[in-house]
Amino acid sequence: MAVKIIFLGPLRDMAGMDSTQVEAPLDWARLLKAVGEDIAAQLQEERVNIACGGRVLSDKTELQASDGDEVALLPPVSGG
Amino acid sequence: MKDVRLLTEMFIPGALVGPFTQAHPGLGGVCTFVGEVRGGEGQDAKDDWGVEALELSHYEPLTLPTMETLADSAIERFDLMGLLMVHRVGKMRVGEPIVCVSAAARHRRGAIDAVDFCMDHLKAAAWFWKREKRADGWHWIEPRSDDYADLARWSE
Repeated sequence: MAVKIIFLGPLRDMAGMDSTQVEAPLDWARLLKAVGEDIAAQLQEERVNIACGGRVLSDKTELQASDGDEVALLPPVSGG
Repeated sequence: MKDVRLLTEMFIPGALVGPFTQAHPGLGGVCTFVGEVRGGEGQDAKDDWGVEALELSHYEPLTLPTMETLADSAIERFDLMGLLMVHRVGKMRVGEPIVCVSAAARHRRGAIDAVDFCMDHLKAAAWFWKREKRADGWHWIEPRSDDYADLARWSE
């Protein structure tokens, strides 16, 4: 089993893919290593959020994803 | 009545607003806002110039639940009889509707403010990502500082 990382909005283009699988467990430090330098830099910006298991984390550095979790990388939104 | 939807196909706002209004006998007012893909003609609208298409993406586990929560808070805050909130995702062409919010209330102020409230939150705090196609390809749209300022009006 693994953790699925989903790239949303502009991060999808930056990653060149919709999603990727990494080995569980996944914490903040391992996530930064897993996504490559450019996206890691984005993730460290305050305006980029992370959701784990369908819940937006109030502190993304406390990420603790386990087997079967989906981790979504959420850049600033623009709807309406 | 609360009716919150994400649609992947083109919709006709009037076809939704009509029945929504009918469903609330005794209302005092209905306010409806429809947002459409802007064509961007003329020199004043420099940023919009040449928009050929627009694409909205979302994140299934978050987007609709967040819209439901937003609708619930608007209904409570503005004492609404009903709220219709419809948002498109996928590819759209100029002139197609993107979003429709309609609020029914006993008094006009609640209906008008509820729509304003919902739109400000949908623009700046709902899980959508927008990109535009121009002659030179696709461009992601960043939220504008005005959107955040509009949103801040509602925090107490």
